[in-house]
Amino acid sequence: MPAEIIQENSSEFDHVDIDPVTLDIIENALRNARIEMDATLVRTAMSPGIREQGDAFPLIADPAGKMIVGQFGSFIDGFLQQFEGTIEDGDMIFLSDPYSCGGAISHSNDWLVLLPVFKDGRLLAWTAMFGHQSDIGGKVVGSMPIDAKSIFEEGVRIPPVKIWKKGEYNEDLMKLVMHQTRKPDWCQADLNALIASCRVAARRVIELAERFGDDVYVSATQELLARNHRAMKALIAQAVVDEPVSFEDYICDDGLGYGPYKIKCTMWRKGDKVILDFDGTDPQSAASINFFLNENMFKMFFGIYMIMVFDPQILFNDGFYDLIEVRIPEGSLLKPQFPAALSGRTHALGRIFDILGGLLGQKTPEFLNAAGFSSSPHLFYSGWDNRAGKEGEWFQLFQIGFGGIPGRPLGDGPDGHSLWPGFTNVPNEFLERYFPLRIERYETEPDSGGAGLHRGGNGIHMTYRFLADGQIAIHDDRWFVPPWGVNGGEPGERARKVIERADGTTEIVGNKVDDVDVREGDQLHFITWGGGGWGDPLERDPEIIGREIREGLVTTKGARAYGVVASEEGGIDEAATQSLRDEMRGQRKDEEVFNFGPGIEQLRASCEEETGLKAPIQPEWHEHQVREAAE
Amino acid sequence: MRYRLGVDVGGTFTDLLLFDNETGEFWREKTPSTPEDSSEGILNGVGSITQKAGVDPAQIEFFLHGTTVATNAVLEGKGARVGLIVTEGYRDIMQIARSFVPGGLAAWIVWPKPEPLAALEDTVTIAGRMDADGNEIRPLDEEQVRNQLRSLKDAGVEAITVSLINSYVNGEHEKRVGEIAREVMQDIPVSLSHGVLPEMQEYERTLSTVANASVRPVVGKYVSNLRDKLHSSGVTGKLSLLRSDGGLMSSQAAEEHPVNILMSGPAGGVTGALWVAKNVGFKNILTLDVGGTSTDVALIENLEPRRVRTTDVGHLSVRASSLDVKTVGAGGGSIAYVPELTGALRVGPESAGAAPGPVAYGKGGEQPTVTDANVVLGYLPEDLLGGTFKLDREGAKKSIQTIADALDIPLMEAARGIIDIVNENMFGALRMISVQQGYDPRHFALMGFGGAGPLHVNAVAKLMGSWPAISPVSPGVLCALGDATTRMRTETARSFSRLATDTKVEDLAELLDEMAAQTRAELTEDGIPESQITSEFEVDVRYAGQAFEVPLTIDSDRLRSAGIEGILARFDEEHRRLFTFNMDTPHEIVNLRAVALGEAPQLPAAELAKGDGNANTAKIGNHAVWMDGREQDAGVYHRAELKQGDTIPGPAIITEMDSTTLVESGCVAIIDAVGNILITPA
Repeated sequence: MPAEIIQENSSEFDHVDIDPVTLDIIENALRNARIEMDATLVRTAMSPGIREQGDAFPLIADPAGKMIVGQFGSFIDGFLQQFEGTIEDGDMIFLSDPYSCGGAISHSNDWLVLLPVFKDGRLLAWTAMFGHQSDIGGKVVGSMPIDAKSIFEEGVRIPPVKIWKKGEYNEDLMKLVMHQTRKPDWCQADLNALIASCRVAARRVIELAERFGDDVYVSATQELLARNHRAMKALIAQAVVDEPVSFEDYICDDGLGYGPYKIKCTMWRKGDKVILDFDGTDPQSAASINFFLNENMFKMFFGIYMIMVFDPQILFNDGFYDLIEVRIPEGSLLKPQFPAALSGRTHALGRIFDILGGLLGQKTPEFLNAAGFSSSPHLFYSGWDNRAGKEGEWFQLFQIGFGGIPGRPLGDGPDGHSLWPGFTNVPNEFLERYFPLRIERYETEPDSGGAGLHRGGNGIHMTYRFLADGQIAIHDDRWFVPPWGVNGGEPGERARKVIERADGTTEIVGNKVDDVDVREGDQLHFITWGGGGWGDPLERDPEIIGREIREGLVTTKGARAYGVVASEEGGIDEAATQSLRDEMRGQRKDEEVFNFGPGIEQLRASCEEETGLKAPIQPEWHEHQVREAAE
Repeated sequence: MRYRLGVDVGGTFTDLLLFDNETGEFWREKTPSTPEDSSEGILNGVGSITQKAGVDPAQIEFFLHGTTVATNAVLEGKGARVGLIVTEGYRDIMQIARSFVPGGLAAWIVWPKPEPLAALEDTVTIAGRMDADGNEIRPLDEEQVRNQLRSLKDAGVEAITVSLINSYVNGEHEKRVGEIAREVMQDIPVSLSHGVLPEMQEYERTLSTVANASVRPVVGKYVSNLRDKLHSSGVTGKLSLLRSDGGLMSSQAAEEHPVNILMSGPAGGVTGALWVAKNVGFKNILTLDVGGTSTDVALIENLEPRRVRTTDVGHLSVRASSLDVKTVGAGGGSIAYVPELTGALRVGPESAGAAPGPVAYGKGGEQPTVTDANVVLGYLPEDLLGGTFKLDREGAKKSIQTIADALDIPLMEAARGIIDIVNENMFGALRMISVQQGYDPRHFALMGFGGAGPLHVNAVAKLMGSWPAISPVSPGVLCALGDATTRMRTETARSFSRLATDTKVEDLAELLDEMAAQTRAELTEDGIPESQITSEFEVDVRYAGQAFEVPLTIDSDRLRSAGIEGILARFDEEHRRLFTFNMDTPHEIVNLRAVALGEAPQLPAAELAKGDGNANTAKIGNHAVWMDGREQDAGVYHRAELKQGDTIPGPAIITEMDSTTLVESGCVAIIDAVGNILITPA
């Protein structure tokens, strides 16, 4: 039964014609309100994940729940369909259970606050924001156990509940929730921050309605949606062909030794509509890498990618949703069945963007970017600080790393930058001051960016020296299946993790591991993937490569991928370069648009030799339901 | 020696304002800027303004100057080639920066990554390491340091920056590297990060130090050139430059620490507004400085402009105090357009700039701009700059008509639409510095200046509810006025990073006293008598774990009497005002700052002759304006003829040499005792 919205004043908003100036003013004001939400959040949140790295997402929606401004598209309609209860003035909804909102949030670490905005007894708008909590309890520190078999192992799971009910705060509820986490101080501060942000936005919406009138405000939001619908319709007609186009990519493994997992998407246009069909995607995993993908959220991702690739002028909102149909097979990796574990969904979430890029650019290679949106690698480090004078106090770090941005039509991919919007790295001096850590190295990994006319960005080589005994966990991907290159560009290097023990021995560790003991003096080399290359590397000016050798971004060995022979000082041997390039051109086969590297079977065969890790085993599915999804 | 001369060099014009300390009388002058060597334009201006006033240049005691020379060096990449020395393992510090890609989801596809301010090729690493408590973990390898310095020297760098990890706690390694650098390359300036900015966060500290090193030679050359030329033309008074934080610094100090004058330009307007505010008797002011390509806004509360700890120049955010000036790409030259796919009306941030400029200027501009809309609506009469050139109204109409056609609305509605949208953009910027910071704009007056500020100030005040809307005296040269009327200032900051519960009042007070002594010494070195210096302090407090600190001003006595608890209580109050809640989390004292200030000059404004309230003698005629959806008759007035107490009903246009003030219908303007125009709803 859908939610019942209680309004004292049930009269409908009148539709009024909006002049274009008023419309733009209202759009602009809403965009400013959204920026204000971000600012409020960052200033008051406490966990480094949100305050330093910005892992949170706001939105403002119309009374029906359609997003007018924001990034991830609205899930409010889906929530309203499932929520059994009333929505009244003074209520505020709080939730974290992906299964209660159709995957609007995709793991229980994301806490979502949803505020219905009432004015004069009528529902005028919704404001919402969710942010990643550093710890919500459960079996491992950070609450993202790689080997979880079900969501019950992944910490506190909050169904949609009212944190405020008709203006009354539910203190007992919050006590109960905060009792489940290892970091109630961070969670409380971050939750306060989410609430403050939603309230700020609500205030702005009411001010707007007061200024222009309720009917004008609501009519304007509808016109903004319609305007976006018109623009997207034109764009779709231009950019999407009616012949089906498919693209597939992989999650390397599930952390339990099985992989890779395939994600496949097929796109075609039928009349005005685009169909995006994930048929052919592998079934759900027994571990936690499942990504419960909300259809509406995927529509938004698709729309934003279309806009960024083809026409960055357009401002996006939910208006174009009915132009897109998303089909995700039940029981697949992207629509796992309850109670499948979901906490490690970051890898598939990232991979979705590489797939979108590959799909959209296939028929228009000049717009195509290489791969690199691969995951957001996590490191967890926790323990009781056993250094002198620290009295064994508890510490816990959750840090998000970055890799290389792919080579782009625009130019090289930046080295060691974030593909996620708004994210920043944590200052290393901050880490050293507040955690038992010394960061011995924070540099890019030479040659890790794929060779190309436009080089893929290098990944980061970060070396943590642990100053107290503790445990670490790592979540990363792209260690087995490389980030692909395009239009002649080479794939980027894969991710690696190496522990160098205080006694001088080294061991290669997996990219999805929990509960690894580390001792004082041990070092962890956390090396991320590089972006794929774009365009023919033999066309790149050798002088640029000479400079990059001096800059330490490329080595003399790496230069050979560009057909460049150079000295350690970056001096170019022009004759040798010419003949190497000629030789390489002569050996070329027909150019494909995508360069995926040697292929899965070859990767498996050479895995242990190249990565130091056992090749993942091809997963098999035996249960009837999930097997169907695989077919 | 009774005169102060304020000089502000802008892109198009150099503004000068000569102020008589004794009478408050002043003269203003505008001369074309000379971008090749701006001292030429300055000297031209000095010549003509002293002549106009009948003043001997030797009578100018203070030459006070706001300059964008440092800003432009950064923006145009014309700074010195900087060699950067960092800790082993951190060579890519400027290349990786904060890993931040601006814009929303997928914005990385279209983001052009800027080149680092110190080239990666010119960045070298050295061994040696301090830990977070300042203990040496590994010693320097002096032989290696020498080798690295030699390689930089051979490469041809023009300045050296040393920025080592954790040097904000212990700068010994940096000092030693600096000494060796002076041995290896005697004539190259060396900047040490712990000297420029002793604060945590390696990227920001390094960037600030590199920025300082990069602009130092440019600023040094500029200052010495200007000083020489002024001397040879008889100006022997003291040369001071305006800091980004609105204070003045001696030209010598500016040569050492040019990072402090990166936002000297916009600071001039705010300090000018401050002087006006004192004379008008308003304590709370929002400023609206509208230029050709952009608008700067700032907030003054209780006669103190808000300051921030960062200076943003282009894409760089440097850690140096500046006035909290927000800039939006909305100005007279902002171009209006209608994108095909959405059919929306957009204004800016693209600008026609000074060249080709708006269509109405007749210099080859073809795209419709905000100025063109103002001309079409009749807000800008055809004669500008005292009639030196005539605006092309027909051309402006033709260009705005393209917008009207694209939107399928009448010409005048399209023109007013452009104005409404640009006003809305300014309103958005003003909200960021007021409402978003917890200030109620209705408790502030709005002051519009710069070339086009007085044209928009009334309409924006309506949106804000900030009354009166003020068009100050000589709005076109308010920056120069600000340069002339502010005071000397210097500051120092340190990281403290301790829980309040672990902090003793005596320790805090002792440290602050030490910082006060340091800053006072800097001013006395600049020739300011100790008796004229005042000290102020700020502590940044937050709930431990937050990223955002609230700065609180304190003084030594208050600290000793109210104790740490006194500070914390004020923090809680401020936090509640900003974010509506408090927490049980312990408080952390993050940073300390000491500010030393020279004496504030007592500079009264000259009083205007009293009139009888009737402005008719200043009325030149009438002009048709389009306002509130219909054509109306607006009175046109000559500002120089207006008298104290004159009242002008809107709609009206008040013109002067370099600016036009628009009074909207339903509002009324009153001339105050010193010549400011105060507009309120009728």
